[in-house]
Amino acid sequence: MKLFDLRGGVHPEGKKDLSAECPIRSVPLPKTLYIPLQQHIGAPAAPVVQVGDHVLKGQLIAHAQGAVSAPVHAPTSGVISALGDHAAPHPSGLPVPTFTLGSDGLDEWIALKDEDDPFALSPEDIAARVAAAGIVGLGGATFPSALKLNVSRGARTLIMNGGECEPYLTCDDRIMRERAVQIVEGIRLIAYAVGAQEVLVGIEDNKPAAIAAMQAAARGSAVKIVAMPSMYPMGSEKQIVQVLTGKEIPAGGRPADIGVLVHNVATAWAVQQAIRFGRPLISRIVTLSGGALKTPCNVEALIGTPVEELIAVAGGYAQPAARMVLGGPMMGQQFSNTNVPVVKGTSGVLALTASEIGQAEPSPCIRCSTCVRACPVGLLPLEMAAHIRASDLTGAVDLGLKDCIACGSCSYVCPAHIPLVHFFNYAKGDLAAQERAKLKQEATKKLAEARTERIARIERERTEAMAKRKAMREAKERAAKEAAAKAEAV
Amino acid sequence: MLVAAVVSLTILGTVFGLLLGVAARYLRVEGNPLVAEIEQLLPGSQCGQCGYPGCTGAAQALAEGGAPVTLCPPGGRALAQALAAKLGVDADLSGVEDKGPMIAEVKEEICIGCTRCFKVCPTDAIMGAAQQIHVVFREACTACGKCVDACPTESVTLQPVPVTLQSWHWHKPQAGSVA
Repeated sequence: MKLFDLRGGVHPEGKKDLSAECPIRSVPLPKTLYIPLQQHIGAPAAPVVQVGDHVLKGQLIAHAQGAVSAPVHAPTSGVISALGDHAAPHPSGLPVPTFTLGSDGLDEWIALKDEDDPFALSPEDIAARVAAAGIVGLGGATFPSALKLNVSRGARTLIMNGGECEPYLTCDDRIMRERAVQIVEGIRLIAYAVGAQEVLVGIEDNKPAAIAAMQAAARGSAVKIVAMPSMYPMGSEKQIVQVLTGKEIPAGGRPADIGVLVHNVATAWAVQQAIRFGRPLISRIVTLSGGALKTPCNVEALIGTPVEELIAVAGGYAQPAARMVLGGPMMGQQFSNTNVPVVKGTSGVLALTASEIGQAEPSPCIRCSTCVRACPVGLLPLEMAAHIRASDLTGAVDLGLKDCIACGSCSYVCPAHIPLVHFFNYAKGDLAAQERAKLKQEATKKLAEARTERIARIERERTEAMAKRKAMREAKERAAKEAAAKAEAV
Repeated sequence: MLVAAVVSLTILGTVFGLLLGVAARYLRVEGNPLVAEIEQLLPGSQCGQCGYPGCTGAAQALAEGGAPVTLCPPGGRALAQALAAKLGVDADLSGVEDKGPMIAEVKEEICIGCTRCFKVCPTDAIMGAAQQIHVVFREACTACGKCVDACPTESVTLQPVPVTLQSWHWHKPQAGSVA
């Protein structure tokens, strides 16, 4: 199959050999699990169970609220011991509303219903079951999958993302090697649900075993496995669409705009489990890697498992970790509190040594434009960063800040070690905060106007009532006077 | 000859005078349109913290160039930037919003339920009743500070807006990192 060229990109050292040959291991059942209400993009889920309730594995504990949201299910059986704040798996480490589930050790499933012929279901039914199972994009973006199925109905091409271009991560590699048959069934279900005519699975050519396993599983079906050159950020949605179809997603647009739907391969596995066996999304494959861990490996962890228990599974630390990262080293999120839980979007837990992060002091920009050549979107990172440094965010937006995918390629290649992507993340956050402030101001302005109007109305009604009372009183007095005059006359 | 000159000049003067009078009536400029545009940008809570009588007064002062664009504390940095762009001036934003966005908060232990604060709130952001503890709706509060002045027990104070996962974002890279 003909592949199309991609602009920019970098070739970081893969480091996947640390964990690639380690089969997916199970994790001992944790005593306590922390399940945040928000593990997806959109509105947080609303709790449906109370503290003290006994829940079964797979039971709904919080339902989706709002148009963009996903429900949350109990990862194991046990008692809900608290619903309160717990540190989020996020660089801020801020507390977020979280269920604390004390496991009872029985790991007892709720009654499930198998579906013998999932292809007899209607496409709407499949999307509804995917929504009910709480499935979100497992590549890391955690966008509710059912929503994507609904808005993309009628998409011509379904692209399954098996790129896994981030260094260190091997979770998608392992799941494709070990669960290829289920993944292919999940892919066929997704394709059926949106009515896609063409199904492409893009896998980077540094994963030959995964390509072979997927090809064997896809034999005889419409699912086509495509080996793509290894390059970062091949696994980014916009980039994989461009490489496989030659079409570019318009600025600010979505793949659906050009008739394409992109899902991660691990999401396909979750969809197959949900439709075929009725199992909600309560676990995921996590890569534990980095030079500071004794035995890097891949595990299937229940959602809510504290990260420190996973580190114990990986044999603990071989040497002190200079930096802990959730996700990949290029786009992942730095964290420090190892008591944070695994959530639906956690693809990896990395404990990196000082030599691996290679931090150096930034020096002035020499305008070598290496970042411009590396940018896969075709932006001018050096110019944008200069504008942001001078607090000219509008200037950065004019240069295309909103099209930046925050892949970090520019920061990676910068010979002056300028934290370019940090500038862009800051600017995007600040712009969003300004946008929120503007919305709030509009809302409060309406409130202020409503209040002024209300006060004026009350004042008007009071004067009217007073005038009415006065008129009545005068009429009464006049009547009394007239009566008196009459009486006198008589 | 002299009479002709006097008559023609008189006629010319009368005609032009009438023309000017008609033009002044039909082509009149109603107020300064800039004032209305600026008022659109302002919060509209009429809190008076700028020292002008309400947002209209502030808008007039801004349009005449008599007030700095940084005059509105509830509007904060974003408003100062918007005003600077509207008026085409360079704003010195260094003094603005040192404290970050603020919000009113009722200390429940010392609230006596006197209802004074919510009577002065320009955005109806405080709820309460006589002898009941009052609460602030964060989404509606503009931190205008009127309630702080009205409170007899100093129970209402302005606090920085608590950071949540939704509002958190990366700080600006330090000055040491050059670009």
